Amino acid sequence: MGVILAVLSALAVAVAAASGRLPELTAAALDAAGKAAAFSLGLVGVLALWMGLLRVAEEAGLVRAIARLAAPLLRRLFPGVPDDHPAMGAIVMNVSANVLGLGNAATPFGVRAMQELEALNPLPGTATDAQAMLCALNTASVQLVPATVIALRAAAGSRAPAEILGPTLLASLCGVVVAVVSAHLLGRLFPAARAG
Amino acid sequence: MLRAVLDALSTWTIPVLLAGIPLLALLRRVKVYPAFLDGARQGFETAVRIIPALVAVFVLLAMLRASGAMDAAARALGPLTRALGVPPSVLPVALVRPLSGGAAQGIVADVLRTDGPDSFAGRLASVMAGSTETTFYVLAVYMGAAGVSRYRQALAAGLLADLAGFAAAIAVCRLLFGG
Repeated sequence: MGVILAVLSALAVAVAAASGRLPELTAAALDAAGKAAAFSLGLVGVLALWMGLLRVAEEAGLVRAIARLAAPLLRRLFPGVPDDHPAMGAIVMNVSANVLGLGNAATPFGVRAMQELEALNPLPGTATDAQAMLCALNTASVQLVPATVIALRAAAGSRAPAEILGPTLLASLCGVVVAVVSAHLLGRLFPAARAG
Repeated sequence: MLRAVLDALSTWTIPVLLAGIPLLALLRRVKVYPAFLDGARQGFETAVRIIPALVAVFVLLAMLRASGAMDAAARALGPLTRALGVPPSVLPVALVRPLSGGAAQGIVADVLRTDGPDSFAGRLASVMAGSTETTFYVLAVYMGAAGVSRYRQALAAGLLADLAGFAAAIAVCRLLFGG
């Protein structure tokens, strides 16, 4: 990102200098910095409400409830992992926390799952199919409520900040299906055995 | 039919959670109010943590607009964005989303601010950002934690998932919101 920022900033200044718009550029840059800070403050309310609610959900055991529902499905996605292996428990908790949008809670479970899966790895250092599947699930979005986007929309003064929830869920679902199917099918194109 | 289901999800999900989660917590004998306050404090910290990325992205996009470079890029990419059915201002969301979550949020916020949150561009940017993840960051954290350096199919699967999410976002937004 640093390179992109630096190159594009230099490009903007060069174009502005060539077309005599440097004063406008300076004014726009300073104005935008102020707008960014003001915009962020507009997020405080919605994010506080949502993260407060999520903490209540967490303490009420909602992650575990989702985990119980998701476990049978997830076991089928990880055929190489024994049901009672600690990796399976961590995978289920990782995905369940992600469904609720608890990124901070999901990451430690995901990291533990990856490490447990590495213990089952016959070729340490090269991803197993199970590790690739877990990463694919985490690079697709499984969260039920896109809270940050809704907060951004509320801060921007939307008439219906949550109206994108249904469409976002459908698009997420397409992404998850493609992630799972391609992690499953592409495994053969990237054989682990040939890796040294 | 699809529209009715998606509208119902958009209308009901948040109210149901707002009522259901505290009730469930009461039944489970959780101290609801202290738990809420504790979590809400984190929400404040999250909003503050977003500020630096938002400043960087807002300033960069404002400079590109004021210099005329943005208009030139939009004209040059016109055939591409028209073919994809994506407003030019939304294209950077798709390009940056897999690389940086913070920068992508900044671009979405800028689209919402300049095009309006209820415009087609604003809605599409929202759906695109909400339905995908920061693929490169996730892979670096997860693979790195396990000491795995050969990702095999994981990168391709993650990027295909992003692509599918973007394509689905365009399709569903055009269906529901026109544009």
